[in-house]
Order: sequence, then structure tokens, then C-alpha cells
Amino acid sequence: MLSLKKFKVMRGGKEIVKGIDCDFHRGQIHVILGANGSGKTTMANGMIGIYPSQGKVILDGVDISDFTIYNRAKMGLTIAFQEPARFEGLTVKDYLLISSKDKSIHDVESALKMVGLPKHILYQEMDESLSGGERKRVELAAVYLMKPKYAILDEPDSGIDVRSFRKIADIILALRDSGAGVILITHSQEMISLGDVATIMADGRIVGRGDPTEIRELFLNSPCPI
Amino acid sequence: MKDVMDEKYKKEYETLIRYIESDYPESLDGRFAGMVVNSNRVLFANSPEGIKVKWIILEDNALNVNIRVDPGIRIDTPVHLCFGILNKIGKQKINMDIEVGKDSVVKFVSHCIFPNSVDISHLMDARIHLHPGARMEYHEVHIHGKSGHITLVPSGKVRVDAGAEFKSYFTLKSGIAGDVDIDYEISIYDDAVCFLESKIHGREKDKIKIKESVFLKGNNSKGIIKTRVVLRDYSFGDITGEIIGEGDNSKGHVDCMEVVFDNAVAKASPIVFAKNPKSKVTHEAAIGSIDRKQLITLMARGLSEEEAIDIIVGGLLR
Ligand SMILES: Nc1ncnc2c1ncn2[C@@H]1O[C@H](COP(=O)(O)OP(=O)(O)OP(=O)(O)O)[C@@H](O)[C@H]1O
Ligand SMILES: [Mg+2]
Repeated sequence: MLSLKKFKVMRGGKEIVKGIDCDFHRGQIHVILGANGSGKTTMANGMIGIYPSQGKVILDGVDISDFTIYNRAKMGLTIAFQEPARFEGLTVKDYLLISSKDKSIHDVESALKMVGLPKHILYQEMDESLSGGERKRVELAAVYLMKPKYAILDEPDSGIDVRSFRKIADIILALRDSGAGVILITHSQEMISLGDVATIMADGRIVGRGDPTEIRELFLNSPCPI
Repeated sequence: MKDVMDEKYKKEYETLIRYIESDYPESLDGRFAGMVVNSNRVLFANSPEGIKVKWIILEDNALNVNIRVDPGIRIDTPVHLCFGILNKIGKQKINMDIEVGKDSVVKFVSHCIFPNSVDISHLMDARIHLHPGARMEYHEVHIHGKSGHITLVPSGKVRVDAGAEFKSYFTLKSGIAGDVDIDYEISIYDDAVCFLESKIHGREKDKIKIKESVFLKGNNSKGIIKTRVVLRDYSFGDITGEIIGEGDNSKGHVDCMEVVFDNAVAKASPIVFAKNPKSKVTHEAAIGSIDRKQLITLMARGLSEEEAIDIIVGGLLR
């Protein structure tokens, strides 16, 4: 189990994530919903150690609150970024091999297939020549190849064409079925329906938790700015 | 044409070639075109069909090299040039004159090898002329020792005639860079293209100065200057990339990035000058520490900070 306890993240002198208590379980897709600016990405970045935070992050009983990004990744916690970085001089193959837990080119090729990218893209550089949607799919493949215990996916479906949506959904399900706890930040209805459980955030706090479809209704019909 | 190889130079030749044989396995058996020089001694020279390689040693010990590529030919294997100094102390001055005939296609790979440097200087003055429609690539790879003092002064003037294409790749990644002072001036005529790329890794007290000026003289001429310099320790970088747009619809772009660690100091001056209102010249220059987003991404993939930096720097200099 991955637990947040009284988890807070400050940015620019302002408290953005305002004390969250939440548990994420392995083998489950936990959807996080919330309006733009509600603090989802800030919470995700705090959880993997990019931003300093207060409170605790406990991974399978180990307090990793003071761990570096690298040590959290070694413990099995990683993220697919909402806006992934570009790299000059690094090919998709290099990046996926770096990410791959078993450093296997066979695994790399099959992960690429899972996200619906052609094999020749392996030799393309991860610079501006890769489209936004391609870059996001490579990011998802990289996370899958890490064989993480817990993976935060920050809007993995944004910028993905509708025809490729099924592929994205399938790799997320494969990640869960491999035993990972998936923390899925999303705005899309199709993604929400993949969830086993869902949480709504508003203004840096959790304001609802439960069955994904119910939570979505609550989110849509709430009169105040949840 | 018969190879020129003096028996008494065989050992020096083999020592030099050993540094590059992994890149060019064909180099050892003498089939390749070009020349191998230690200090100012020409150990080997070969002029395959369509190319004439000539050389003389001047009184001041400078070596004049003259390379002519006939018009209308296509050379498939690279022309190999190797300028080394195996001694610890030495000075090498080379005046290089390359002419590529009309519509010919040729690629040069030049290795500069100074593995035992205590006090070495290498001065290269190049005159390169691409006739109309010619295409030439020039790859210069430096292999330097880990210590000592190296002075490197490559300079030159390049003329790229109408419809021709000149591409140059300079890499200095292994060993100390030394005092580097690169100064190139390139003139591009109608519909011609030039691409200049330099990748240098500076360490310790290395001083890296690069000045490249591209004159887009012709209509529809194009020029790109790309520079990647990584500076560590107390090294210093001063990079000037200059493009002057003169011809109608000429286009140029300067892309300069310096990544700085430790106490290194960097300066970048992209100069873009459109003398003709119909020309368009742009630039981007970035100086700074390593990109944080890239670093974070690789650490989230399970790499330590040091491993991540090596990967990012390796990519920039690749
Ligand atoms: N460095 C900062 N300084 C001040 N405010 C910040 C800083 N970084 C983020 N914020 C604010 O924190 C809030 C939450 O941002 P965050 O990116 O976490 O939202 P989000 O829920 O992921 O939104 P979206 O759905 O648009 O991705 C925003 O109002 C944002 O302006
Ligand atoms: Mg966000």
C-alpha cells in the first residue's frame, strides 16, 4: 500500500496541496479527478519527490518522505509526466532501454507495440521531431517497462488521438494486471471508467471518494467549484 | 595510383592508426583514400580514382596539402585524413587546400590524434572550395590525451558555390580540449547550403573559443550553425555564431547551447544580421546548468543524478 498522511505541498510560498490522507493499493487503478488547478499535478510531483512536501509518504511500510526521486524510483514508485521532457541525442530506444527493468530489447519492442507505435520510431531522437502524442506514448511505455510497484500517470490520454485510446487503456490495464498500483489522473470519461476506485480533489483537498462512476457524477453535478 | 609508404614510417603509422581502427576497420590494409601524417611527416598518402592528394613541406616545416576532387564523380568510401602528433612535444602546421569539382560528392573524415600531449600545438589553415552543385561533408574528430597542454587553432575560409552543399562536423569529446581557437568564415552562393556543427567537452582549465561566420551571399542560400559545448571544472567557453543574410530569401539559424558545471564560465554571442529585407536569420542560445526537467525525468526512471547527467551530456555531444 502507498499512503499519504497529512500530505502538503507548497509552491511559490503558497500551500497548494493542503493536507491529504489517501491510500493507494497494488493491483488497483485509482482515478484522481479534479478541476484544472485543483492540485493534482502538484500532489503527484510532491509524491515522487520533485517538490518538497510535509506529512508522510509510506510505501509498503517504508517511510519514503525524505527519499530522493531516484530512491523512490528504486523503491518502485514512478510517474508518467503530464508534459514529458524532450532529449537531444537520445533515441526512443535508448530511453526505453534505460527505463526497462530487465534491459531487454525484446521487452522494449513489445511495450512499443502495446502503445501502438511503429518499430522504426525506436531510432528516432526524443527531441522536437517526436509529436506530442508520440512522446506521451513513449512515456507510458517507459513506465510500463520499469515494472513499478506504484505508477502515477498524469493525464496519459491527453493529446492522444481517439483511435489510439484503446491502446493506452490496454497498457494501463496491463500495468494494473502486472500488480502495480496505478494512480490515474485524468479528465476523460473513458479513462475514469477504467478505475477501480476514484477520488475527487478540489482546492488541494480530497472532497470525495468512491466508485468511479458515482464520483464522476458528483464531480459533474456539484454546484460549487469542486 | 600507388600508395606512398616508406618502410621506416611503418611503426609510427601503425601506432597512429590503432587509435582509429575501431572506427574504420578498413584503414589498416591501406585501401582507404587519403593521408596519414605524424607531426609533419607524411607516413602514407593515397590518391584513389578521381582524387588527387598532393603535399609539400615548406621551409618553416609547415605541410601544404592539396586535394582535388574531379568534377562529376561520386566517392563512396570516405576520404580519410589523419593528422597526429605522437611525440609529447611538437608543433604541426597544416595549410590545407581542398577543391571539390562541379557536381561531385565526397565525404572526408579527419582524425586529429594527440595522445601523449605535454606541449602540443596544431594549427590548421584551410581553404575549401565547392564548385557548383558539389556536396561535401567534413567530419573532424579529435582524440586527445588526458593531460598536458594542447593549443588548437583551426581556421579557414570556405566558398560554397551555387547549388552546392557543405556540411561540417567537429567533435572534441575525449581527453582535454586545451586552448581551442576555431575561426571559420563561410560564403554561400545561390541555392547553396551549409551546416556547421561543433561539439566540445571542456574540462579543467580548457579554453574554448569558437567563431563561425556564415555569409549568405546568394539568393535562396541557407546556413545553420549548431554548437554544443559542455564545460566543467574551471573551463571557459566563448562561442560566437554569426550569420549575415545578404541574398534574397536567404535563411539562416544559429543554435548554440552551453551546459555549465562547477566553476566553468560560458559566453555565447549569436549574431544575426539581415542586410537584405528579404532574408531571414534567427537564433537561439542557451547557457546554463543541465535541464532540470530532463534530469528529473531520468531520475524518475531510476537513474542516479550522476548517471542522468552523463546520459544528458552524452546526448548533447553525440
Ligand atoms: N510554483 C508555483 N507557484 C505558485 N502557484 C503554483 C505554482 N505551481 C503551481 N501553482 C498553482 O497550483 C495550482 C495547482 O496546479 P496543478 O498543476 O497541480 O493543477 P492540476 O490539478 O494538475 O491542473 P490541470 O488539470 O490543469 O493539470 C494552480 O492554481 C497553480 O497555479
Ligand atoms: Mg495537472
